[in-house]
Amino acid sequence: MSERIGVRKTYKLYIGGAFPRSESGRSYVVNDAKGRFLANASQASRKDVRDAVVAARKAFGGWSSRTAYNRGQILYRIAEMLEGRRAQFVEELRAAGAAKPAAAAEVDAAIDRWVWYAGWADKIGAVAGNANPVSGPFFNLSTPEPSGVVGIVAPDSALLGLVSVVAPAIVTGNTAVVVASEPAPLPAITLAEVLATSDLPGGVVNLLTGRRAELAPWLASHMDVNGIDLAGAPDDAVTDLEKAAADNLKRVLRPGVADWSAEPGVERMTAFLETKTVWHPVGV
Amino acid sequence: MRGFLQGLPGVDQVGADERAARLGARSIKTTAKASAIDLAISMVDLTTLEGADTAGKVRALCAKAVRPDPAQPDAPKVGAVCVYPDLVGVAVDALRGSGIGVASVATAFPAGRAPLEAKLADTRAAVADGASEIDMVIDRGAFLSGDLRKVYEEIVLTKEACGDAHLKVILETGELRTYDNVRRASWLAMRAGADFIKTSTGKVSPAATLPVTMIMLEAVRDFRDATGRTVGVKPAGGIRTTKDAIKYLVVVNEVAGPDWLTPEYFRLGASSLLNDLLMQRRKLATGVYSGPDHFTLD
Amino acid sequence: MDFEYAPAPESRSVVDIRPSYGLFVDGEFTDGHGEPFKTLNPADEEPLAEIACADAVDVDRAVAAARRAYERVWGPMPGRERAKYLYRIARIIQERSRELAVLESIDNGKPIRESRDVDVPLVAAHFFYYAGWADKLGHAGFGADPRPLGVAGQVIPWNFPLLMLAWKIAPALATGNTVVLKPAETTPLTALLFAEICQQAELPAGVVNIVTGAGETGRLLVGHDGIDKVAFTGSTEVGKEIARAVAGTRKRLTLELGGKAANIVFDDAPLDQAVEGVVNAIFFNQGHVCCAGSRLLVQESVADELLGRLKRRMATLRVGDPLDKNTDVGAINSAEQLAKIRELADSGESEGAERWAPPCDLPQRGFWFAPTVFTGVAQSHRIAREEIFGPVLSVLTFRTPDEAIEKANNTPYGLSAGVWTEKGSRILWAAERLRAGVVWANTFNKFDPASPFGGYKESGFGREGGRHGLEAYLDV
Repeated sequence: MSERIGVRKTYKLYIGGAFPRSESGRSYVVNDAKGRFLANASQASRKDVRDAVVAARKAFGGWSSRTAYNRGQILYRIAEMLEGRRAQFVEELRAAGAAKPAAAAEVDAAIDRWVWYAGWADKIGAVAGNANPVSGPFFNLSTPEPSGVVGIVAPDSALLGLVSVVAPAIVTGNTAVVVASEPAPLPAITLAEVLATSDLPGGVVNLLTGRRAELAPWLASHMDVNGIDLAGAPDDAVTDLEKAAADNLKRVLRPGVADWSAEPGVERMTAFLETKTVWHPVGV
Repeated sequence: MRGFLQGLPGVDQVGADERAARLGARSIKTTAKASAIDLAISMVDLTTLEGADTAGKVRALCAKAVRPDPAQPDAPKVGAVCVYPDLVGVAVDALRGSGIGVASVATAFPAGRAPLEAKLADTRAAVADGASEIDMVIDRGAFLSGDLRKVYEEIVLTKEACGDAHLKVILETGELRTYDNVRRASWLAMRAGADFIKTSTGKVSPAATLPVTMIMLEAVRDFRDATGRTVGVKPAGGIRTTKDAIKYLVVVNEVAGPDWLTPEYFRLGASSLLNDLLMQRRKLATGVYSGPDHFTLD
Repeated sequence: MDFEYAPAPESRSVVDIRPSYGLFVDGEFTDGHGEPFKTLNPADEEPLAEIACADAVDVDRAVAAARRAYERVWGPMPGRERAKYLYRIARIIQERSRELAVLESIDNGKPIRESRDVDVPLVAAHFFYYAGWADKLGHAGFGADPRPLGVAGQVIPWNFPLLMLAWKIAPALATGNTVVLKPAETTPLTALLFAEICQQAELPAGVVNIVTGAGETGRLLVGHDGIDKVAFTGSTEVGKEIARAVAGTRKRLTLELGGKAANIVFDDAPLDQAVEGVVNAIFFNQGHVCCAGSRLLVQESVADELLGRLKRRMATLRVGDPLDKNTDVGAINSAEQLAKIRELADSGESEGAERWAPPCDLPQRGFWFAPTVFTGVAQSHRIAREEIFGPVLSVLTFRTPDEAIEKANNTPYGLSAGVWTEKGSRILWAAERLRAGVVWANTFNKFDPASPFGGYKESGFGREGGRHGLEAYLDV
């Protein structure tokens, strides 16, 4: 009997809950650490960025108006789904060059990070909001609200780094367009499969693979993107990306995290939160 | 009636208070102050409503009404003298020929807790004795319990009992408590035929306040827009100083408009206010501050 | 009868305007190296004083002084001691409040009633508020021992000169930063009087530096390598320029920019208070307010009634001498701003909206613009989209709550919004959907040091006021 030939996965983009190929029809070769062929990843174009932003904007109203409890439930569901595919992710990270214990540790940390952020959904308001004692007969309350559509240039930490930038953006109600790690894009697309089976509405997270230098400027300059996380932006591109982001005054999160395994603070959430303050008279 | 009154736009208390306070902060000086003082004097319903009132007391008050300050013969006379029904005759005699009318509280003032027939008899008696203006009280209990029909009908019947006398309807806003109630009661009274709406009896605290008066002025303004009929407003109780009186005039001017800046449509129910107006008037005339000993107590 | 209010002018004698003013650097007034400029009284176009202009050398000196003060004195000083300086400043502001109010009205053109009752009391309150935070930063939710950023470069506008100074300086100092502040070219005087107040308070030299000048001085300050933080309040256009200038640097940035706020009046609104709120929203401070309610969105079923009341109310607005205690609407701050307002108002007419202003006698000299309302405005008109920054109201109508929210949010700005309705659940529904940093429900243009203020979208980022306001000056 001949050996069964494996069925390979086609790595595509993740836009609006679907898995399209790049409209450009392009792909690029992804090799493992030893230079052996792993897969052809889709090489997204500026039009894919455009489509992803449209999908993210469309999803924003619904996602941001879900109850915080519901968003927390869905993020926790993502952790559950990821846990179930733990072995697959360990394999994928190993293929990209990680030693087995390191790969296992990273997957565990990524799962735990979803859990950590899931719990924040209905607590960030208590931490970032405030009842303000103004000097007059007014009820005055400040609450955090999501900024809108957030562009994310993901770091090269292919799974933990990716989860660490996506989870804080969406847990508060933002929707995201993510440019995955350029050298290690495959775990991002596998993560998209997890997202797609976790009750996360389509369009909340949109994942693009391709050339950062090509895609990031379109994301940074897009006038319907409200914030940008430059975690994985190349050093020499940061200034230009920030300048482009200034065109519609995006909230910018500059690069700076070296160690994704450290416990995060609330900064990645608050970077893409607005504070809304509501006043109302108190009278009879 | 209930539907109509509840359909009136609401009043936001904080916003109304702010607006009244801002108007109260207008700075009325020199010539504007002089003319405001004279206008205020002409709008005073010089009032005595004490259980201890006597014919003597009322005659003294009437003398003051005719000639408020012997030292300032050019000072205007007041708008009216306001007394209890049993003293109307005394006041009418004392004021004969002066052109000053006699107003009488009626309808079992101040509580209004008497049988309807007694209230109407009270009114008829005052009119029969020569009162040209009747200050009635509404049944606040009925209003607060939602029996608006009763309140309305009492006003209609009292108006009938008044004959040619003008009817001022006292809402007793201090017992209605909310500005929404003040607005609704104002409209109810106007629709029932009130010639004037009046804030208070002076026997309940708070009596007249600037924001309550403002809301009543908004009501008469809107009522005229809707019906073409002009109803007057009378804040009463607690207005003691010239500064207070001028604040009320500013509110009249800027909320209802200059058409109401006449004793025909705006009165101030007060007693001690008159002396302060006279004192400030003399300060403007002489340039020096005066003192209470220089004005008559009545 | 006609009740004419006689003039009731506040006395100018309480302030002593010097013929010329220097920069305030390192605790001393010094000459500037740029070409001095004049500041005018916008109510009569008379020059008030000659003001030094800071050039690159001067900005260098100011930043260096701030750096020294940060490293040697202010940074190391315990919060409780910093607090005492801020309390002192707050007290002196109260003590000299009449002087500050009169000077503000003379230099800016705003009514004395407003500078006296709104601006200056809020300035003192702001310093009091942040003074109290200086020794409690560990409890503010930014970690146990949050650190200051260093030297803050701050550029403020001309619409609330002293209040914007307070919004910038109070939180910066409370958190342990030192500042170099540039007031607006047309309104430098109260900032310079504030410098004197710092001297009276014996604030250590270099903690507060005031550099006067025009846009170029601002650019030099914002672009200076020696600052760690840029805080700007002003136009969205300049805000974007500044965001580009700090791109790729380590400088932190907060921006408080323009707006085109919708003021939504539903058919069940408390109408008289809504009219008052609409007037306060757009005619307060001559409409020179970034959060002004410049778009009135009124439900069609009450549009006529509301507009009737609004026009009647507008006719009672008293426009004129800013120092008259009865003035409601003062002078436009500058010839340049007046030209901009006129140009936009003219575009409103030529685009087909109907223009109305109450009859009012405007003074012959000075910069004046009558309170104006445009009806029949469409979302596509320039006066519905561009910030006019003047006493010009654009009225649009809507039919359903959803339409109101859609129209309100249909702008690149997102600073503030107003909602008028007696129905509680509708207020909360609307407040939730309005994409704006401040939502005033059944009120408008309320400010308080304890309440965070700032925008969504292109109205900027960062918050001023409240606990949130600390974040802009802490390394978090």
